[in-house]
Amino acid sequence: MLDVLNTTTVEKRNLAPRDSRKTIGTVNVPNPRMVCRNVNVYYGDKQAIRNVTIDIGCNEVLSMIGPSGCGKSTFLRCLNRMNDTIDNCRVEGDIIFEGNDIYDPSIDVVPLRAQVGMVFQKPNPFPKSIYENIAWAPKIHGIVESKSDADEIVETSLVKAGLWEEVKDRLDQPGTGLSGGQQQRLCIARAIAVSPEVILMDEPCSALDPIATAKIEDLIEELRSHYTIAIVTHSMQQAARVSQRTAFFHLGDLIEVGKTDDVFTKPLHQLTEDYITGRYG
Amino acid sequence: MDLGTRKILDKSFTAVGITSILLMAVALLVVIVPIFSGGIGAIFFKGTIEHRKLQYEEFGNGDREVIQRQIEESDIYRNKVFAMLGEFETELESMTPAESRKLRSSYKKARKVLSHLLGPLPGDQEPILLRYRYGTTRWEQAEEALHDLLYVTKWDYSDPTRMAKQYFVPRMEEFKGTSLAVFFPFMEENLANMMLPEQTFYWGFITERSLDAHIFGGIWAEIQGTFFLAVGAMLFAFPLGVIAAIYFTEYAKDNLFTSILRSANSTLAGVPSIVFGLFGLAFFINTVKVSESKSVLAGSLTLAIMILPTIIRASEEAILAVPKAYKEASMSLGSTKWRTIVTVILPAALPGIITGGIISLGRAAGETAPIIFTAAVSVGATIGIADVFSSPTPALSWNIYNLASEHEAANEIRHVQYGMVLALISIVLLLNLSAILLRARISKKLKG
Repeated sequence: MLDVLNTTTVEKRNLAPRDSRKTIGTVNVPNPRMVCRNVNVYYGDKQAIRNVTIDIGCNEVLSMIGPSGCGKSTFLRCLNRMNDTIDNCRVEGDIIFEGNDIYDPSIDVVPLRAQVGMVFQKPNPFPKSIYENIAWAPKIHGIVESKSDADEIVETSLVKAGLWEEVKDRLDQPGTGLSGGQQQRLCIARAIAVSPEVILMDEPCSALDPIATAKIEDLIEELRSHYTIAIVTHSMQQAARVSQRTAFFHLGDLIEVGKTDDVFTKPLHQLTEDYITGRYG
Repeated sequence: MDLGTRKILDKSFTAVGITSILLMAVALLVVIVPIFSGGIGAIFFKGTIEHRKLQYEEFGNGDREVIQRQIEESDIYRNKVFAMLGEFETELESMTPAESRKLRSSYKKARKVLSHLLGPLPGDQEPILLRYRYGTTRWEQAEEALHDLLYVTKWDYSDPTRMAKQYFVPRMEEFKGTSLAVFFPFMEENLANMMLPEQTFYWGFITERSLDAHIFGGIWAEIQGTFFLAVGAMLFAFPLGVIAAIYFTEYAKDNLFTSILRSANSTLAGVPSIVFGLFGLAFFINTVKVSESKSVLAGSLTLAIMILPTIIRASEEAILAVPKAYKEASMSLGSTKWRTIVTVILPAALPGIITGGIISLGRAAGETAPIIFTAAVSVGATIGIADVFSSPTPALSWNIYNLASEHEAANEIRHVQYGMVLALISIVLLLNLSAILLRARISKKLKG
């Protein structure tokens, strides 16, 4: 990783100037899962996101990086309308998922959130048993009808999240009694249980130790074959390790987006280069 | 400020804090100990044969043969007393009216005290009130009555600058030289033989109804009335309060309307309870006419209005204390707002909500003023569950007040009053204890 960072500073390339706020790089991908066009987000009078246009491809991991307050989490939360819960938040622009604008008034947010799941910064299992944590959402969506259905979904979700071996003997214990890394994988299992197509992860490892982080990163790599994943992270190393494409945000603007290797080795924008080489953070 | 001063300040602060807590504990002991000992006296006491007779005749308690035998036993001595009275009465007849006038009036007084002690005497009319049909039922009352019989209370007014002084003159002196002179020492010696005191455990004090306005019997009607009123209040206030709290925390927008609602709620919490009582009378009984006059229903509604703000506040706090992460997790899984509230937020807030509810239940059980005009009567029968819509009920809080201030024989039945206070305190403490236990249990279940 350090080599990569060092080489980028050596190469002399034509970089977009620091004050250019236009997105550069490859915004479009063939056969995208989600399409975002000119997304603007306001908190009251304050604009948090300006004109973000980006595609999220199938079975790819898109990482979003940028300094604190750049709007990457806000943008992530637009993708399953979690911003609806914030009172004065307003979203403009189009976010197309399965052919529909998810902000269209006719769209029901309940099935949308089942299809676009989310994992949060701090592990937040419900104060229920491990089993209940996972079976709860499939039950309310009517995915499971019988006890055996539920058992099956609990097992497959936990297996996919790599947690089954560790917890199979204590499914009736409270989910809050697990370690931080296990809790986060439980939350991932919980999100998987409703068979989403996209999983949004908002700094899923920032509260975890390196070993737990490594496990989650391995898990993300495995999940990629079934799901589209958008991950917000503070760690550039993590972005480089887990993602295929990387988007760099700065003060509400999407500055650069492209293949992860390109962004980290041959950034096109001065701000991107400054950020990944650690000039500011 | 230098380090030494700061340390001294810290220490003196601790000292003041501990002192005030100790003072509170001492005050609590000073209040609780007499209540406890007095209250226990309503259940454990030395009961006389009159108590057992009453229990058998009015409630059917006790072994008929044993009581019959004891009555016969005590009658041996009582009959001797009655014989003495008879002898004296004959003696009175033989005197001239001038001689007998003074003796007659003294004898009448003595006879009255004696009938209080032993029950109706031969030649008395069958009393109408139950309280005159039996003698003293408790040994300490019997001893007091004996003292009244043996001594006449007089007051010394000789020094007009001071309060009058009480002194006792043996009643025997009034009957010097008559055949009744032997009666007084006989009474003093044989009181125990006439009353047959026995250590009594009167569980019925809690489970039986009262007789003749609490002169005899228990307090079950009051306990039951308190229970009906408090539970009825909770039935109305708890669901409403929790729903209001959900509205405040999850649905209400921050605008003028909600801030008015909030301050109305806070104001309501500070309104004196007597105002709620009058409101209940004016609104529930006179305006809405939920019942013809006082009823458990009207009282419950009034109490419900009174405890509603507390329940709303406690539930609101409990709901706000639920981590936002639970709500986000639930929403992100595609749960509707309502389902999130019902299946995630409310269960997590349950310990706090239940604690608030049970503490309010305790308050509803102990409050007097709201039920004075809406539900409480001082003397009443035990009511059934079907009567709550139309009947008033006795209740512990109101009857404690009534016995302390208005009851005609308040002095003789202090033990009943203590017993009621103890029962009420026990009920409230038990409710609070169960709140603590329930809270601990649910929190443990949630945390694991």
